[in-house]
Amino acid sequence: MTIYWQLIWAYIKIGIFGFGGGYAMLSLVEKAVVSPGWISETMFTDIVAISQMTPGPIGINSATYIGFVAPGSVNPALSGIGWALLGSCLATLAVVVPSFILVLYSSHFIRRHSESGVIKAIFSGLRPVVVGLIASAAIMLMNTANFNPNGISWQLWVNIAICAIAFVLVYFPIKLKEKTIQLHPILIIVMAGIAGFLIYGL
Amino acid sequence: MSELNNQNPSRDSYWSLFSTFFKIGAFTFGGGWAMISIIEREIVDKHHWIERDDFLDLLAIAQSLPGILAVNIATAVGDKIKGGKGSVAAAVGTILPSFLIILFIAIFLTPDIIKNNRVISSVFMGIRPAVVALIIAPVITSAKAAKLQWKTVWIPLVVALMISIDQGFISNPILYIVLGALGGFIFWWLPRRKNIEKK
Repeated sequence: MTIYWQLIWAYIKIGIFGFGGGYAMLSLVEKAVVSPGWISETMFTDIVAISQMTPGPIGINSATYIGFVAPGSVNPALSGIGWALLGSCLATLAVVVPSFILVLYSSHFIRRHSESGVIKAIFSGLRPVVVGLIASAAIMLMNTANFNPNGISWQLWVNIAICAIAFVLVYFPIKLKEKTIQLHPILIIVMAGIAGFLIYGL
Repeated sequence: MSELNNQNPSRDSYWSLFSTFFKIGAFTFGGGWAMISIIEREIVDKHHWIERDDFLDLLAIAQSLPGILAVNIATAVGDKIKGGKGSVAAAVGTILPSFLIILFIAIFLTPDIIKNNRVISSVFMGIRPAVVALIIAPVITSAKAAKLQWKTVWIPLVVALMISIDQGFISNPILYIVLGALGGFIFWWLPRRKNIEKK
């Protein structure tokens, strides 16, 4: 049973010390789950690859997956699917609950003081910073892993085109007669996926 | 922060909050920042649950605290719309799609099947550059919502530059959140207080 406590503790730590989201969290996760021998280094790489190919935050993906495999790999007596599901649920909750409580308390505190001049002033200073944070996320994702994973130059141009078209479609409304339509971001993701299949998958 | 708080009509139930965030969670590829476009469209434009500048404030809270950004954003937005229970509905909605998909893979498939699947990897080669576009768009909408002036327009430029050069401490987002809060206090609050004292 100790494995469950270890899982919970490991993911609580990841949830509390994991600043900056996603990939900043990965090295923390790696240290926490590979060194105690819950999963192998190769399996960790596999989980990262799967996280990139499934929706959702990488922190959740890894908690769910590692919580599932760790009990059986540490103790053969815990190899049934029930034990695996228990590990999944506990690890996922452990990574989420600490920050959930923190966010809830902070936003309650801020709402209670939303009329105070200090809070208003602080948020006036924070808003331009948040714009910069979103911009930095966009800049950092303009990398070879997203635009040219295979190192082939025509693919780079195709991917730049996909990005440009996606931007135009999501940002500018389309005028059809009297109606103006603005495409939903989800629709754009679906269209980009179909384009990817037609270009790279056939 | 404006006074929208919890006065939404009852049709905006916990269920619709949950299902909206379930949809957002199911289509969030590439982490918390990628969900901003979808949240803006669903929560701000379609349901009018919150204002765009309030959303920006919630992003500041979500990013300043540790944990998974997507879940933090969902928690803050859910709480703003429907209070504590709303934040549970939004957070669970965001988590559930990835939880279920990973469980499905863990139970029925092996990592190799996914990793070496030609169809899935080709689909994702198309999705990844589009996700970048979905993060560029909110840069512009949030810059408008932040009402940048000539006095403040350099801030996002410097922050984006410093963070994206990725050089340890000076590229840590938390540093700029602290500086932004401090700057807000010094340049917005202190002058106002002086004016009050004069009167």
